[in-house]
Amino acid sequence: MILALIGNQNCGKTTLFNSLTGANQHVGNFPGVTVEQKIGEIRGVKNCSVADLPGIYSLRPYTGEEIVTRDFLLDQKPDGIINIVDATNIERNLYLTLQLLELRIPTVLALNMMDEVRANGGTIDVQAMSEKLGVPVVPISAVKNEGVSELVQKAVAAVKENIRPAVLDFCTDGPVHRCIHAVSHLIEDHAHALNAPPRFCATKLIEGDQPMTEKLGLSQNEKELLEHSVLEMEKDAGLDRNAALADMRYSFIEKIVAQTVIKCHESKERRRSVNLDRILTGKYTAIPIFFAAMLLIFWLTFNVIGNALSSLLSLGIDALTGLVDQALTAYGINPVIHSLVIDGIFAGVGSVLSFLPIIVTLFFFLSILEDTGYMARIAFIMDKLLRHIGLSGRSIVPMLIGFGCSVPAILATRTLASDRDRKMTILLTPFMSCSAKIPIYAVFCAAFFPKYQALVMISLYIAGILLAILIALLLKNTAFRGSPIPFVMELPNYRMPSPRNVLLLLWDKARDFLRRAFTVIFVATIIIWFLQTFDIRFNPVTDNSRSLLALLGQGLAPLFRPVGFNDWRVATALVSGFTAKEAVVSTLGVLLNTNTASLATALSGLFTPLSAVSFLLFTLLYTPCVAAVATIKNELKSAGGTFGLVLMQCAIAWIIAFLVYRVGLMLI
Amino acid sequence: MTLSQLPVGQSGIIRAVNGQGALRLRFLDMGLIPKTKVTVQKKAPLGDPMEIQVRGYQLTLRLSDADHISVEQEAASQ
Repeated sequence: MILALIGNQNCGKTTLFNSLTGANQHVGNFPGVTVEQKIGEIRGVKNCSVADLPGIYSLRPYTGEEIVTRDFLLDQKPDGIINIVDATNIERNLYLTLQLLELRIPTVLALNMMDEVRANGGTIDVQAMSEKLGVPVVPISAVKNEGVSELVQKAVAAVKENIRPAVLDFCTDGPVHRCIHAVSHLIEDHAHALNAPPRFCATKLIEGDQPMTEKLGLSQNEKELLEHSVLEMEKDAGLDRNAALADMRYSFIEKIVAQTVIKCHESKERRRSVNLDRILTGKYTAIPIFFAAMLLIFWLTFNVIGNALSSLLSLGIDALTGLVDQALTAYGINPVIHSLVIDGIFAGVGSVLSFLPIIVTLFFFLSILEDTGYMARIAFIMDKLLRHIGLSGRSIVPMLIGFGCSVPAILATRTLASDRDRKMTILLTPFMSCSAKIPIYAVFCAAFFPKYQALVMISLYIAGILLAILIALLLKNTAFRGSPIPFVMELPNYRMPSPRNVLLLLWDKARDFLRRAFTVIFVATIIIWFLQTFDIRFNPVTDNSRSLLALLGQGLAPLFRPVGFNDWRVATALVSGFTAKEAVVSTLGVLLNTNTASLATALSGLFTPLSAVSFLLFTLLYTPCVAAVATIKNELKSAGGTFGLVLMQCAIAWIIAFLVYRVGLMLI
Repeated sequence: MTLSQLPVGQSGIIRAVNGQGALRLRFLDMGLIPKTKVTVQKKAPLGDPMEIQVRGYQLTLRLSDADHISVEQEAASQ
C-alpha cells in the first residue's frame, strides 16, 4: 500500500518522513510527475511505503508543488493519506485538511508538535476533534518520535478497513452551503464517471478550477447552471466565489478549534523567536549578520573543513595512485595502458571525488540554515534587493556559494520554492566567478598588472556580477516573463535542527552527486586524456604540440584572433579548462615548457596587457567546467537546455572579450 | 486604509482582499480573509517586505502586495 504524507511547509513533514522510514528512502518515479518524490518503506510494516509530497497550503493548481501533490492524489490514487498538522499553528494547517477530507481517501490526522503545545499550557481534545472532523487523530512529536507507531498503526488500519472520512458539511446553512450542494448534485454523474468525489469536484468547480472543468467534461447547459449557482451565492454571501469558500472553511475551523482546543499562551519557542529576530532581522543588525554568517560558512567550507577533508581525500587517492603506479611499472605494462589507468581513470575518479568534501560541508551548513528557520529570514531581509532582477530573497544563497564553486551552488537551488526561481538562479550562478579561476587571475595579474593585482581581480568579480544582473533583467523580460510565485511566506519559529535530518540530507546529496555526476565527469576526463595522449594517427605522442588536443587547439585558434589571442597553445589551454579551470594554467605551463615561476615571462610573449584583459574576461565568462555542466544538466533535466546554456556562455564570453579588446585597441 | 499603511505594532481588521489571480488566492489560503485580525510586527531592514501576525502565526508579504488588502485600524488599546 502507498500512503501520501501531506502537510503545510514548516510543519515537521520531513522529520516525520525520516522517522517513519529511516534511511530507507529512494526517489520515486511516477508517470507524468516531473518533480521528484521521495518514497520510503515504513519501518516495521510490510509492503507499506510512504511518499513525501511537497509542502503546500492548498490544493489549488497554481504553484508547481501544489500541482504535483494534487496530481499525485487524483491520478496515482494513494491508498491513504497521513496529513501532518502543526498543532501550534492549527487554524491555518487545518485549512488544507478540509480540502484533503473532501477527497474521501482514508486519512489520518497527525497532530505534530503536541509536546510544544502541552509544555506551554495548551491542550487539544483529540477525541472530540476526531469526531468533529470524521477522521482518526493522533497526537505526535516527530522530533521526539512520540506517537509515531500509533500513527502508523491507525493509518494502516484506516486503509485496510477502508475507513473514509465522513462526509462533512463544513458549510453550515447559508448561501455557500446551498451552492455546494446544488453543484454537487449537478455534476454527480460526471464525477462518478471519473471516479472522483463529487463534493471535491464541486468546490473546485466553484473556485473556477480550469483543469477540473475540462476533466469533468461538462455540457454547455451544465456550465451555465454552474455559473448561475455561483453568481447567486456571490450575491447572497456578499463575497466573491474564492473568498466565500475560504471564509466557509476558516469559519468551520474556528468553530472546531473553539470547541476542542485550549490554545497555549505565547509559547517559549515564540518568545525565543521574537528575541532572536530582534537581532537577526533587526533594522541595523540583520544585513551585517547575514553577510558575516555567509562569510563564516564560506571560510569554513572552502578553507577549513572542506580543505582538510579534501587534503585527506587526496592523500588517500595519491597513496593509492602511487601504489597502483608502482605495481603497473613493476609488471612492465604497456605505457599507454599505464597512462590510461593513472592519468585517465585515477585522475578522473579523483576529480569527481574532489568535489565531495565541499558539497558535504556546504550542505551541512545549508541544512542547518534551512531547518532552524533562518533561510526564511534571509528571504525576508534580502527580498527587496533581489526583487529588482525578478528573483526572491532566497536566491542570494546559491549565488553567493557560486563564488566558491558552481557545483554545490547549483545543487543548493533545490532550496528555492519555485521552479521559475530555481531555473533562473541556475542560469545566473555561473557568472559568479568560482574559486578555481583564481589561479588563472593570479598568474595573469602577476605577469601583466603587478601593481594593480587586487584592483584587476575585484574588477573581474564585479564584471561577472554586473553581467549576471544584465542577463537577469533580460531573462525577466523574455523567457521568464509572467508573474513569479507570490511572495507571501510564513516565518516559522526558530527551531533546533534535527541531527538525523541533517545527516540524511548529507548522505542523500553525496550519493546523488556521485551517482549522477560521476559518468559525465569521468567520461569527459577520459576523453581529454585521450586527446592529450594520441596524435592524429593514434600513436602515443612524445611532443605535446602534436597531440589531438593541440590539433583541436590549432583548429580553434583562429576563432580567438578577433579577441586578441590567436595562439594554439592558449586555445588548447582553454579547452583543457573545461575539465577544471585550474587546468588552464597548468596546460599553458606544459605547452610553453616553463615552470610556474617563469610562466609570467613566457606569457608576456603571447599577450599584450590588453589581450590579457580580454583573455581574463573570456575565462571569467566562458563555459562552466564539466562538473558544473553535469550538475546543471541534472537540475534542469534538459540536455538541450544545458547545451544552450554552455553555448550562450561561450558566446557572451567571446562578445565581451571582443568588445573590450576592440574598444581598447581604438583607445590605446 | 491598506495593510501596507498600518503602522508597525498596530492591529487591524481586514475589510476586503483585492488583487488578482494567484496572489489573491494565496492571501485567502493563508487565512487573510475579511473580518480577520492582523497585527503588523515589523518591516524588513530595507523597508520592505513587512511581517504580520495573523491567526497565531507570522507571515511576510511585500508592501506592494499588501496594498491590495484593505483594513480598518483597531483603536489603539493601550
